[in-house]
Amino acid sequence: MEGARPEAVIETRGLRRVFKSRGRQVEAVAGVDLDVRRGEIFGFLGPNGAGKTTTLRMLSTLLAPSGGTARVAGCDLATQPGKIRERIGYVGQAGGADREITGRTELVFQGRLYGMPTAAAQKRAAELIVMLELDGAADRKVGTYSGGQKRRLDIGLGLVHDPELLFLDEPTTGLDPQSRARVWEEVRKMHDRGTTVFLTTHYLDEADALCDRVAIIDYGKIVAEGTPEELKRAIAGDVVTFTVAGEQQRALDLVKDQDFVREARLENGSVHLYVDRGEVAMPAILRLLDGASLQLMTVELHRPSLDDVFLRQTGRSLRETAA
Amino acid sequence: MKLIRDTWLVFGRYFGLFIHNPVWVALGVLQPVLYLVLFAPLLRPIAAMRGFPPGGAYNVFVPGLLVQLGMFGAAGVGFSLIAELRMGVIERLRVTPVSRVALLFGRALRDMFSIVLQSLILILIALPFGLSIHPLGIVVVLALIGLIGLLTASIGYAVALAVKSEDSYAPIVFTSALPILLLSGVLLPMSIAPQWLQNIAAINPLLYAVDAARHVFNDNLGDPSVLKGVVILVVLSVVAVVIGARQFGRAVA
Repeated sequence: MEGARPEAVIETRGLRRVFKSRGRQVEAVAGVDLDVRRGEIFGFLGPNGAGKTTTLRMLSTLLAPSGGTARVAGCDLATQPGKIRERIGYVGQAGGADREITGRTELVFQGRLYGMPTAAAQKRAAELIVMLELDGAADRKVGTYSGGQKRRLDIGLGLVHDPELLFLDEPTTGLDPQSRARVWEEVRKMHDRGTTVFLTTHYLDEADALCDRVAIIDYGKIVAEGTPEELKRAIAGDVVTFTVAGEQQRALDLVKDQDFVREARLENGSVHLYVDRGEVAMPAILRLLDGASLQLMTVELHRPSLDDVFLRQTGRSLRETAA
Repeated sequence: MKLIRDTWLVFGRYFGLFIHNPVWVALGVLQPVLYLVLFAPLLRPIAAMRGFPPGGAYNVFVPGLLVQLGMFGAAGVGFSLIAELRMGVIERLRVTPVSRVALLFGRALRDMFSIVLQSLILILIALPFGLSIHPLGIVVVLALIGLIGLLTASIGYAVALAVKSEDSYAPIVFTSALPILLLSGVLLPMSIAPQWLQNIAAINPLLYAVDAARHVFNDNLGDPSVLKGVVILVVLSVVAVVIGARQFGRAVA
C-alpha cells in the first residue's frame, strides 16, 4: 500500500441495471456511485433483493450495466472487461466448484484458466490448499465437503491468480458460526496481504466486524456510506446509561446542559444520555458527578448498531427483512 | 494461440469428467444396438418394396441409426450445463479471462468425441449383421455424425443457457428434435414418402446428412450428395458454435 492519497480500485458513477420482467421494467440498481479504495475491505450491506448481487455481477463483468460508468482495477468496465477479468477474483454465492471433481483438480484448472503453465498451477494449488487448511479434503470430490471446507475452496478458486481485487458475494451465508469466523479470518489475511476485498452481506455484525467501510443499499440506491463507526455516529451517537446513589433527577440536571450531550432523559430509574462520542463523554460525566459528590452506582456505554443505521435510513429493521 | 489453448483446456476438463463416467457411453450405444437387433430385421421384407433405396436393409438402416445417435446423443448435453449453472461453475468460468468460444467449443468437442466413439462401436457391431462399408467410408461417415453431434450439442448448450432450467430444456429440445428426426428419413427412407411430406422434409438439413451417409454406405463417396451433406453440416455447425459462444459471453442470471 502506498502514500497518503488512497487510490480508487472501484469507481462507479450512476451505475444502473434494469431488468425486464413480464413486460414491466424493474430497476434493480438505480444509479449507484461507489468509491472503493485500494487495500480496504468494503462491505455492501442490504436486505435480499436490494441490488447488492446485481451490482457485484456488473462490477465483475458478468452482467452488462444498463447505464452509468465504472472503472474496476484501473480499467473501464465497458471497453476493457477482458483486462478486468485478469485482475479480479470473484466468489459467487453458489461457489463455483463442481461436486464431481476434487478440490485440487479445480484449483489447478482454475490456475490454467488464468494462463498459468501446469506446473505453476499445481504449485499454486498446493500453496492454497495449505493456506486454507484443505489438506485432508483436497483430493476428495467437492460433493463430500463440509459447508466450511466448500466455502474455503470457493475462496481459494477466487485467489488462484493472486488478484488485486476480490469480490465475495455473501461469503458466510449459511455457514455455522465457527466456519464463519474462519472465513472472516481468511478475509483479514487477504487484507493484510494488500488485497482489496469487496463483499456483500446482509449480516450487520459481519459488516461491523470485518469492513473498513460500508455502503448500505436499499431498493437499488445507496442510502448511507462510511466507516461502520461514522455511520453509527451519524445516526445517534452513543448512549450512556447510569444510575447514582440517591436522587437521579439531580444527576440529570447536572449533566443535561453540557455541550457534549445531545439529549438527556430519565428512563426506568436511570439517566440516559445521547452523546456524540461515548468515549469522550464518559470521563467528563464521571468528573461532573465526582465534583457534585454524587456516587455512581452503575454505568453503561451502549453503541448504536448498524441495525440502528439501517432502521433510520430505510424505515425498517434489517433483521426483519433479512430473515 | 489463446483460442486453441483454451479450447484444449476446456476439452480436457470435460473429457476428464467423461472418462470417469463411461456408463454414459455404454448407455448411448445400447439404444441404437436395440434398434439394430429388435427393429432392423423387420426391414428385410420392406427392403424389397418399390422405392426402397438400394443397398440392403442394414446399409439403409445403419446410417439412419447413426444420424439418430448423433442427434439424440448430443440433445441431452444441456442437462449437465444446467447443473453447472446451478453450482455456479459457469459463472466462475465466465469471470476468468478464458475465451468464450472455448467455453462452448471445448465442451462440444468432448460431446463430438463421445458420439464418434459410440458411432464407431455401433458400426463394428453392425458388421456381423451384414453391413458392408469401405474403411474410407467409415472415416467420412464418422465425420458426418461428429458434425451432427457438434451442431446438436452447440444448439443444446445455447438453449440451456437461455432457459436455465431442466423443466424448460427437456420439452423444448426433445419436442423440436422429433419432427427433425422423423423428416430426416432416419427410420424409413423419405423416398417412399408421399410428395407433400418430401416437400416439407426438403428444408430439413438432417435429411441431407442421412442422404450423404447412405451414399457413403453404398460406396458412392464421390456422389455430390456427400459433399452437399458435409458442407451443409459444416456451415450450420459454425453458425451454432458462434451462437452458443455468444450465449456464454452474455449475461447468465
